[in-house]
Amino acid sequence: MKHLLSIEQLSREEIEAILDRAESFAEVGRRDIKKVPTLRGRTVVSLFYESSTRTSSSFDLAAKRLSADVVSVKAAGSSVDKGESLKDTIATLSAYDPAAIVIRHPYAGAAQMVADWTSAAVVNAGDGKHEHPSQALLDVYTLRRRLGSLDGVRIWIVGDVLHSRVARSNLIAFQRMGAKVTICGPPTLIPRGIEKLGCEVSYTLDGCEEAEVLYALRMQNERMSESFVPSLREYATNFQIDTRRLNPRQQLMHPGPVNRGVELSGAAIDSPQSLITEQVAAGLVVRMAILYELLAGGEGQASAGEGESSRPTPIGTPA
Amino acid sequence: MSLREALDQRSGEAAHLVLRRATVLDPVADINAIHDVVIRAGKVAELASPGEADTDGAEVVEAEGLHVFPAFFDPHVHLRTPGQEHKEDIETGTRSAAAGGYCGILAMANTRPPVCTAADIASLREQAGASASVPVGFLATVTKGMEGEELTEMVELREAGALGFSDDGLPITDAGVMRRALQYQRLCGGNIALHEEDPQLSRDGAMHEGPVSAGLGLAGVPSVSESTMVARDAALAGYEGARIHVQHLSAAESVEVVRAARAAGVQISAEASPHHLCLTDEAVRSLDPHRFKMNPPLREERDRQALIEGLRDGTIECIATDHAPHQPEEKDVPFEQAAMGVTGLETAFAALHTELVMPGVIDLALLIERMAGGAEPFDLQRPSLAPGSEANVALCDLGAEWTVGEDGYESRSANSWCAGHTLTGRVLMTVAAGQVAFRLRSFSLGVAA
Repeated sequence: MKHLLSIEQLSREEIEAILDRAESFAEVGRRDIKKVPTLRGRTVVSLFYESSTRTSSSFDLAAKRLSADVVSVKAAGSSVDKGESLKDTIATLSAYDPAAIVIRHPYAGAAQMVADWTSAAVVNAGDGKHEHPSQALLDVYTLRRRLGSLDGVRIWIVGDVLHSRVARSNLIAFQRMGAKVTICGPPTLIPRGIEKLGCEVSYTLDGCEEAEVLYALRMQNERMSESFVPSLREYATNFQIDTRRLNPRQQLMHPGPVNRGVELSGAAIDSPQSLITEQVAAGLVVRMAILYELLAGGEGQASAGEGESSRPTPIGTPA
Repeated sequence: MSLREALDQRSGEAAHLVLRRATVLDPVADINAIHDVVIRAGKVAELASPGEADTDGAEVVEAEGLHVFPAFFDPHVHLRTPGQEHKEDIETGTRSAAAGGYCGILAMANTRPPVCTAADIASLREQAGASASVPVGFLATVTKGMEGEELTEMVELREAGALGFSDDGLPITDAGVMRRALQYQRLCGGNIALHEEDPQLSRDGAMHEGPVSAGLGLAGVPSVSESTMVARDAALAGYEGARIHVQHLSAAESVEVVRAARAAGVQISAEASPHHLCLTDEAVRSLDPHRFKMNPPLREERDRQALIEGLRDGTIECIATDHAPHQPEEKDVPFEQAAMGVTGLETAFAALHTELVMPGVIDLALLIERMAGGAEPFDLQRPSLAPGSEANVALCDLGAEWTVGEDGYESRSANSWCAGHTLTGRVLMTVAAGQVAFRLRSFSLGVAA
């Protein structure tokens, strides 16, 4: 695997390899010294054209835990503000000879184009409304830890699917791991033709009690002004997951940040069924695993389980 | 009117040629036989028995095994002049047309600034007279500045030589303005060519709305964005007794609307582009904006089939390329940000021959008829091989394979939807309004040797 551009490109085996790797990093995370030397002397550039807290911070920390040098570039306040094209920005950053470029961009296909313009490994940290593969991987990781396997598991993805890259990546990833997925939301926010991707579609939460997992999506305020829903109140009445709808044997997930009281009730967020904080924790180890697979995956067994200096770094000399 | 009379081109020497033992096909003139084609004094002088033409000082082209067709006519080309000559200009655009076998094209008015005044038309005609390889006609905008609010001075524009009117690139969203333009047509004449799209439905769509857009997370342009506007304008044209030409039909629903309107007696003509006839939205999965980002977008297989059926039954009487040159910096960006449009003049015939004729989807004769079908809706004489006609002739090798872009393009831009593909069928020579407009270099050298 040279790049991580989409879940679409990954086989079940490749997904499982990343998850297994993440398990080994989870063990590292329980030690006093949480760093491994794998990427010592190598550079990871993180380039975010959209605001992000958890994705950008967890990729940065993941790269640092692997001992990489990290350069974080935010579009605001950078040469992007001065009108530099994506292609030129990539050429500039590529001059530092990075091992990987992690990119989030507001438009679909941006990461794929970047992969054509640089010799670095490219990680898609969200491209428009297209895909968000690292989110899907951390969600699958979280569920696999909780449930053991996704085979035959029924998952409902609820909310604004139309504008959600998380919904698209997760739909593909869940199905590839053997789950049965139902897409649920108001008809204005369900993309026409989504059922061709192999999922069920429901315009109400009726029947969601059959699911083992409810995955709620973020409902953005601006959707009302565009007439996708008449009001947040009406949306919440029909699609909010609260403790009445959430039954004790169900798992509740959300990619964050949550609008408390809109897509989820406060009580549901804080309920024992909620996996939301586990998802965030999983983000770090899964992103370590992604960088490892891309940058050191072809170099033999994991060094993750073996302490600070037990294995040579694949490329470069120690700083 | 003949193309020479009605359009503008650089004047040059009248061709004097004998295309010896060529397979001559002109389905409209009911010609399908091997002849010596004699071109003299700007006309198709004679279709002689093979090997028997009097060469009489003419250049003789050995055309055994090659095909001679009426040259093609494209009613929908963006020459980007004035204002965006870095993408295309009259010289490069008409060279591109000539290389594609075209003997005439119509240039759209959505330039920077748009072609809105008689002075604009006069200036463009003067430039075409100095630099156009094939005859060019210029459309003027329907509304001032393409703002969709006030009509241009349509009578004066017609007197200055505007071939017709179009706000192509944008729809005329105000039905009242559209109706006034159709009423005014009784005074000024000239067909009105329409880019049909309801912006309230297409919004920020970047591709066809359907399962592929659902999977890619791209905002979709629904088919009804086009078909509802075609229906509105067909109804208005019928009500006003006016004449309209629907540009770049893309959706099955639109084909159905045009068919029904014509059956009801509305004066409506329609075109389809080679890319809509050959590709579907499946191609967009690659997210390659250079080749697959255009407006209207590539639609589904059922739409493509409906367009092909429209070609067959005459609902769509012509093929138009919507040749839309763009520079790399406008295309080397993520799909949603990329400029709309692809080039098509140099590849239209070869692509349709390869994709539709060779697999047996349509006959060669139908393709040839539709490739020249764009002249009549704009009151121009259809290119013909009947003796005595103005010489508008394309000489083609149907067996020649070539890779698009391998030797560059005549166009100033390289955003061809066929880039890198190997096509079968190549234009070797084009005669436009009696003048040799194009010779394929390798073919000319072969003749000399």
